[in-house]
Amino acid sequence: MELIKLKIDNRTVEVEKGTTIYHAAKKLGIEIPTLCYMNLGDLKIEHKPGGCRVCVVEVEGRRNLAPACATECNEDMVVHTHSIRVLNARKTVLELILSDHPFDCLICAKSGTCDLQDMAIKMGVRNIPYQGEKSTYKPDFSPAIIREMDKCIMCRRCETMCNDFQTVGVLSGVNRGFESVVAPAFERDLDHSECTYCGQCVAVCPTGALTEVDHTTQLIRDLADPDKKVVVQTAPAVRAALGEAFGLEPGTLVTGKMVAALRRLGFDYVFDTDFAADLTIMEEGTELLDRLGRFLKGDKDVKLPMLTSCCPGWVNFFEYHFPDMRDIPSTARSPQQMFGSIAKTYFADIVKTKRDEMVVVSVMPCVAKKYECTREEFSVDGNPDVDYSISTRELAMLIKRSNMDFGSLPDEDFDKPLGESTGAGVIFGTTGGVIEAAVRTAYELHTGKDLEKIDFEQLRGIEGIRSASVDFDGTEIKIGIAHGLGNARKLLDDIKAGKSEYHAIEIMACPGGCIGGGGQPLHHGNPDIIKARQKAIYQEDSGKPIRKSHENPYIVKLYDDFLGKPMSEKAHHLLHTHYFDRKQKDVLLD
Amino acid sequence: MTSIKLKLKEKDVQQLKEVARSFNNEPGELINVLHKAQDIFGYLPAEVQEVVAQELNVSVAKVYGVVTFYSYFTMLPRGRYPISICTGTACYVRGAEKVLDEFKRMLKVPVGETTPDGKFSITCLRCVGACGLAPVVMVGDKTYGRVTTDGVKDILKEYEDAE
Ligand code: SF4
Ligand code: SF4
Ligand code: SF4
Ligand code: FES
Ligand code: FES
Repeated sequence: MELIKLKIDNRTVEVEKGTTIYHAAKKLGIEIPTLCYMNLGDLKIEHKPGGCRVCVVEVEGRRNLAPACATECNEDMVVHTHSIRVLNARKTVLELILSDHPFDCLICAKSGTCDLQDMAIKMGVRNIPYQGEKSTYKPDFSPAIIREMDKCIMCRRCETMCNDFQTVGVLSGVNRGFESVVAPAFERDLDHSECTYCGQCVAVCPTGALTEVDHTTQLIRDLADPDKKVVVQTAPAVRAALGEAFGLEPGTLVTGKMVAALRRLGFDYVFDTDFAADLTIMEEGTELLDRLGRFLKGDKDVKLPMLTSCCPGWVNFFEYHFPDMRDIPSTARSPQQMFGSIAKTYFADIVKTKRDEMVVVSVMPCVAKKYECTREEFSVDGNPDVDYSISTRELAMLIKRSNMDFGSLPDEDFDKPLGESTGAGVIFGTTGGVIEAAVRTAYELHTGKDLEKIDFEQLRGIEGIRSASVDFDGTEIKIGIAHGLGNARKLLDDIKAGKSEYHAIEIMACPGGCIGGGGQPLHHGNPDIIKARQKAIYQEDSGKPIRKSHENPYIVKLYDDFLGKPMSEKAHHLLHTHYFDRKQKDVLLD
Repeated sequence: MTSIKLKLKEKDVQQLKEVARSFNNEPGELINVLHKAQDIFGYLPAEVQEVVAQELNVSVAKVYGVVTFYSYFTMLPRGRYPISICTGTACYVRGAEKVLDEFKRMLKVPVGETTPDGKFSITCLRCVGACGLAPVVMVGDKTYGRVTTDGVKDILKEYEDAE
């Protein structure tokens, strides 16, 4: 490792050869503004197109200003990060970007959390001297994501997420010059592409060009309707991130305050998706044991490894890219859909409410769930099991709009019966959590013994692909874990090539799992936030009195009173699904 | 929206796959493969781009990105005698636009399109490297220099009887 010395703003700093000026300055505590640059550290995602030039600095002896994010340090370099020339250049760069940007800030969904807006404020832009023609693109409304390319600044972060990290390959820079834009092939809309709706492009877009479909208007209308019973479920990862929107430290758990806020917003019943996560474990865990049991008895037709199926982004991915392998994921529906299905049958009976008088809303860290609840197979006579899904960000916005002082809300508990959950349900929110929850239950059901240690440290972590084995009383169960669809693709290619040794694999589309979901408060390029959320999830788990799904008394009751047993006919009908081959869609031309 | 899918000739598709193979199916050879593909099909409709994407294992979006970036590539069918008018700086200054207008007027088609009989199509190119001859027009591989508006009808005449 070679070290070099240089001077930044008259201070000396020593860095490894190959370090960029941006990182060297950071070491000195100097934050050079950036717009297109993105670095997600441990998640191993770096994007430095050097395109926007907001980060320019002056390097003595060079005629041109250099982009700090893409310029490596040299020995004895002398750098100025805020000379008058630099400040003027940055402002000009920004004015140029804004000259082809609509002035929609007042009504833009990104207003307040927009990096471009922040930058304009920071640079003190007060007028746009260059008034030219503006690009106009047709907005694209899909069931989950809205693309308004007039607001695109061509930073191309979304492309990096979609192509390099997710390997979905839907987005690419197309055309040239003034007409250039990021778009799916043949500039079709997202709905006619192979988009998985993972929302990772939305999560990194610095402007309002990519946003999620908004359901808050519909929600307010339903809450105001006296003839409707509005039921809400909240996903595990929401409680570990919602606080950030109110200025709380990343990793602050706000479960109780979230429940209080939802009740004050006017929901009739505040329930927990974690309950449905416990239910998922009953079904998925039983399915795993069933497949394993048959395999151990020598049944050669049994499909192993079994893949988890609780992430709709991942489900979309294999339906498009690996349709011939669609018989290996578990048939268990996602917790969101299990919840909807049980709410509109079992629970609707309990409270004597008709299906069409009940509105089931979900709060999700996820963009793909917005799409998932529109899938036809998850509805009965045109009435969806889950009416619609709002993101963590949308919930935060609603709470703010209602003038609640979030920080001073009391801690309240979820309603019963669909609000009771175990620690196993909570850890669904992080990579490794689903499989750990499954192992906790499958182990005890298989061996008939109590687990001595509930925590399976070997399944935890943030590495993109992990593997571990668990001893099931003499039988070794090999487990694989992947988050990010690019990592999932690697494991799938291995299975295809017959090289996979795993019995079970957990897959989540988003970095870190749902804690890094496309609907979470924006991390603005800081990966430590995702790790803090992960810690919070495990903290919630260890604080729960019950930590194994099969011990949830309300789950036990649900089976006793209604479903019979896991994988029963009724359970199949209400809690399982089937997958489609979506590769051979007809090409649609306008 | 209608769902029309263009049927490509099996033999052309095989030829294209061969081309991809001759470039070792290297993603880095995308531009070269697209050049050859355009030679085979005359243009690059979506279906051809899909084959290229599959053969080189790159996303269709990426292929489309490249096709739309280079003005040489076209997604519209070209005529048997594709007319390309250089609109690079030198040609532009020397009246390329008037020449272009004359072609459009005589053939009654806009830039990027083909005459109904499939004979001629009009495209614009950036500097073709023959600035000394500006304004430059190409019909297929044949180059015409110092073209004037009056010269347009003479050029078209050359192809009148040809099939
Ligand atoms: S939602 Fe995911 S798959 Fe779809 S375009 Fe964005 S990054 Fe790509
Ligand atoms: S859509 Fe957003 S993330 Fe993608 S290039 Fe445009 S501004 Fe950047
Ligand atoms: S990992 Fe979670 S947030 Fe991301 S797409 Fe899957 S379910 Fe949604
Ligand atoms: S942030 Fe460095 S060029 Fe955009
Ligand atoms: S500008 Fe036409 S040949 Fe150079």
